[in-house]
Amino acid sequence: MASKIVKNHTPLFHIAKRDELPFYKSLLIRIGSIVAALIVCAIVIIAFTGENPLSIYATIVEGAVGTKRRTWGLFQNVAMLLCVSLAVTPAFKMKFWNIGAEGQVLMGGLATIYVMMFYGETLQPAVLYPVMVIASILAGAIWGLIPAVFKALWNTNETLFTLMMNYIAIQLISYYTYVNAVPKGSGQIGIINSDTKAGWFPSLGGYDYLLNIIIVAALTVFMFVYLKYSKHGYELSVVGESENTARYIGINVKKVIIRTMLLSGAMCGIAGLLLVAGTDHSITRETAGGRGFTAIMVSWLAKFNPIYMILTSLLLVFLEKGAIQISTKFQLNPSFSEILTGIIIFFIIGSEFFINYRIMFRHSAKKEVK
Amino acid sequence: MKNFKKILAVVMAIALIATVFAACGEKEPNAETPEGKMKVGFIFLHDENSTYDKNFIDAAVAACEELGVEYVGKTNIPENADCYEAAADLADSGCSIVFADSFGHEQFVMQAAEEFPNVQFCHATGTMAHTAGLANFHNAFASIYEGRYLAGVAAGMKLNEMIEAGEFTADEAKIGYVGAFTYAEVISGYTSFFLGARSVCPTATMEVQFTGSWYDETGEKEAATTLINRGCKLISQHADSMGAPTACESAGVPNVSYNGSTVATCPNTFIISSKIDWTPYFKYMINCVKEGKAIDADWTGTIATGSVVVTEVNEQAAAEGTQAKLDEVKKGLEDGTIKVFDTSTFTVSNITDTINTGAVVDADKHLTSYKADVNTDAAYEKDTEVVENGQFMESKYRSAPYFDLRIDGITTLNEKF
Repeated sequence: MASKIVKNHTPLFHIAKRDELPFYKSLLIRIGSIVAALIVCAIVIIAFTGENPLSIYATIVEGAVGTKRRTWGLFQNVAMLLCVSLAVTPAFKMKFWNIGAEGQVLMGGLATIYVMMFYGETLQPAVLYPVMVIASILAGAIWGLIPAVFKALWNTNETLFTLMMNYIAIQLISYYTYVNAVPKGSGQIGIINSDTKAGWFPSLGGYDYLLNIIIVAALTVFMFVYLKYSKHGYELSVVGESENTARYIGINVKKVIIRTMLLSGAMCGIAGLLLVAGTDHSITRETAGGRGFTAIMVSWLAKFNPIYMILTSLLLVFLEKGAIQISTKFQLNPSFSEILTGIIIFFIIGSEFFINYRIMFRHSAKKEVK
Repeated sequence: MKNFKKILAVVMAIALIATVFAACGEKEPNAETPEGKMKVGFIFLHDENSTYDKNFIDAAVAACEELGVEYVGKTNIPENADCYEAAADLADSGCSIVFADSFGHEQFVMQAAEEFPNVQFCHATGTMAHTAGLANFHNAFASIYEGRYLAGVAAGMKLNEMIEAGEFTADEAKIGYVGAFTYAEVISGYTSFFLGARSVCPTATMEVQFTGSWYDETGEKEAATTLINRGCKLISQHADSMGAPTACESAGVPNVSYNGSTVATCPNTFIISSKIDWTPYFKYMINCVKEGKAIDADWTGTIATGSVVVTEVNEQAAAEGTQAKLDEVKKGLEDGTIKVFDTSTFTVSNITDTINTGAVVDADKHLTSYKADVNTDAAYEKDTEVVENGQFMESKYRSAPYFDLRIDGITTLNEKF
């Protein structure tokens, strides 16, 4: 064998870029990767815990959709993660590395809770809700605008800039909850307006989260259309591919950067609104819950396609909900579930490699058979 | 083909969502486990890596095992709507009691309590049950200030030993304390600790550094290091990570811990730890439900109920004779001859519009009257007189501590938390 290789100068295999695969084939590869991930997870489960992998998988499903309440919780969480993912997408498509969604969401939430606390009693609902919406959008948009302006005018590093803006937002929340804490000094503001429910999102048909879900569904359609069919969407993707090309064909790059980040920040602000007025009715440093970072993964896994993002955010939330149930039922540390989630995501990302490239094995053996 | 691909993706997304809905629709929550065993649900803010939560988890598992009920624990539940979801989910799955361990869980648990009137909801460290008027919502705490006082005595003896050994003079006997927030629970804790220390080491003073978080390993480590650099000879803490104890171990400064022994990580510096043992309360609440009795709206554990305990003394770090002295003081606390917040043992001279507001003191600056904010409200209304017979009556009107006076001898380095 070895002598043959030397003779032919052919490596055992080499990698080549594929043409676009037919849909069913790429689907098969994706399904295959999930099956492979589950097999690897099973080995890890048996090796480390001695539990039956099938019962662990059943527990994941049970934890995610085992009861009506869990299913609603699942969709609520998918909606929230999807909302932040939609928000970061235009910026990422423009290759503007906005890792400040966490802070932008928190600022939207802070604006919402401020309006609820100090104007909840005085404003009529017909005025209060629009004020909350505008305040949250403005707060998120400003938090997104600041790094965009610096990037557009002075070419600062947006990754560091947006990251630092997160810390400022978190500290502002800390300060706000310190000043308004109940009881004094506890650093917690608790549930706001629990008796009057002023500024709370109404429950539709008895479902508390339905309004959130509907709003995010509408935003998904909006973002799909915006990216796919609007001039803005086209311009930002050109800026993302090549700034020089964009300049050459007469796109005002600075304007596009600022406009896109305004949109990105505004949508994060809406996510903050939904989390505060539609979910928690309170705010803490953890209100965004890391979604600003998870959203990046959701967006990339879906290749910036808002419709695919429904699937990727569903996958991540499904696994997260399942993880909680695993640690409850088997009394395993939650970190163990995170290992499983990591393996599954690793395989899914890996499958993209096999969809875009193919591995060509040396042909000589086949020829002989022929 | 391209269009087909898109349509297929949408169809698949819808199909997936539909299956998910279909999967969930039918299942009804079952009220009892197959064996008919009673189920008790627990909600924890973190997992066993937090000393605070570990203390609860250990007690919960022990109590459930002893009484033969099924333990269902949910860890890492944040203080937001997730907590309500977790509580409601535990009630759905047939738990007769749902317990939550973190202060910030309270209102979300109350939300679930309103929805499930037949399930008992218990919450540690909360302040609202005695005024909420919810028959199935209950608070619990323990007179941990007694445990802190005992731990303080051990700290004072250590200071004395170091003074005698000539490591520093009596005037330099400064204690450092890492606190989470300027919240009554923390203030009550460090004040009782300080009073314990000063009862044996009269020249002791204390500095307090707040972190603004109940769990911030880096922040707590930094705060402890700051205090050590400021000349503190001994450190204690009221925050939930291993930050302060490990900072002490690496600096070689004695540490009095909280929530449980840290001797395994800090063999050279750990002296003693006070903690609340929640097992008696868990047994109490489970037995109440078993026997069909009502659970107290506001339950306070004490040294006598076995709720307030101190760990074993670490001979390697503690002063000689610590255990004997602690036994003596503990007896005094139990029979009432020693009162932690005896107003003759401390003075209050800083009375302003923001600090110690409303405190009345005599010519020697000893407290004679003070109203505390016992009934929680947004205006912090000071509603209840708590000084009686020369004593600040901590945990009498509500289990969660309300001692929030800044007494002389303790300096807070940063108040804005």
